[in-house]
Amino acid sequence: MSINTKIVDDLVANDISFITTVPCKQLAGVIDEIDARPDVLHVPSNKEDEGMGLCAGAWMGGKRPAIIMQNTAIGVTINTLATLIQYYRMPLPMLISYRGELREPVACQVEMAVHTKALLAQMNIPTYHFHKQSDADELDAILKYTFMCNKPVAILTDANFWGGYGDQ
Amino acid sequence: MIRSDILKEIAPILRDQLVVCNIGLPSQEMHMIDDQPTNFYMLGTMGLSSSIGFGLALAQDKKVISIDGDGSVLTNFGTLPTIANNVANNYILLIIDNGSYGSTGDQPTYAGKKTSLAAVARACGCENVVEVAAKDTGKALQEAIDGDQMTIIVAKCESGNIKVPVITMDPVVIRDRFMTSVQA
Repeated sequence: MSINTKIVDDLVANDISFITTVPCKQLAGVIDEIDARPDVLHVPSNKEDEGMGLCAGAWMGGKRPAIIMQNTAIGVTINTLATLIQYYRMPLPMLISYRGELREPVACQVEMAVHTKALLAQMNIPTYHFHKQSDADELDAILKYTFMCNKPVAILTDANFWGGYGDQ
Repeated sequence: MIRSDILKEIAPILRDQLVVCNIGLPSQEMHMIDDQPTNFYMLGTMGLSSSIGFGLALAQDKKVISIDGDGSVLTNFGTLPTIANNVANNYILLIIDNGSYGSTGDQPTYAGKKTSLAAVARACGCENVVEVAAKDTGKALQEAIDGDQMTIIVAKCESGNIKVPVITMDPVVIRDRFMTSVQA
């Protein structure tokens, strides 16, 4: 089974039926897989805070949501995480492409990578880092944990997890 | 008419509907005029009233009305193409456009100058966009509720605020009673 299929299987098995995305090429296969699933409503958003608003509404409407985005979005969404998702105590799994880690070809991506875990820690957001493909074995448990505690939870997936970017 | 005059006039129409109220004075005014468990009050997060309401409309079948402001739509312009391209016919976006950032002291917005939010919404692909004078807001809103088409209403009014108390209700209580109303 491909890692993309495994990830989306876990999302669907946890009743996640509303997913919003701001794309990353590392996550392109996951997004394609989501589009192939009739049980999931995929609503692309233009900015990650907008996406979190959609997820908040979808959850209040009875659907379990998830957001897919890059770690640069942590810089965009701090206020939304604090004053919407956390303040109203809402669950939100965030599947995050962790750009700027080992095997990253674009130097600028490192500038947000070095802040990513510190910002998440400052926000008291439970954070998991997938570096090897076997790390994804915990995804099912992480999703159950997210909807148990009604918190935003970050799942950082780095270039090594995705197998690098090919020849640079 | 100013925003609170519009809200007073449309409160009886809104009473039985799911309403997402924009941050700041619009939420505080709705809370004071006619507090209902069907109102979701935003206590923070400027710009996301339309997104929260739209996500709610996509997730279930009841009608949803997002009350937004011109300044808040300007802050989250990306919402309009998302709404246009994922049509939910149970969704109404009511933008009360007073041309100013009311909650922060009535500084002018670009919507009060050269930028037309109705024209922007149409350019983004929204198909049913109506711009009305403040006094016609109730009629336009009732028509949108009675209709079966996603509607964007831009209600033009004067800037100005009334004195209102802040909302002291706990956010989890606001959210919980709202979700109970959604499921009822």
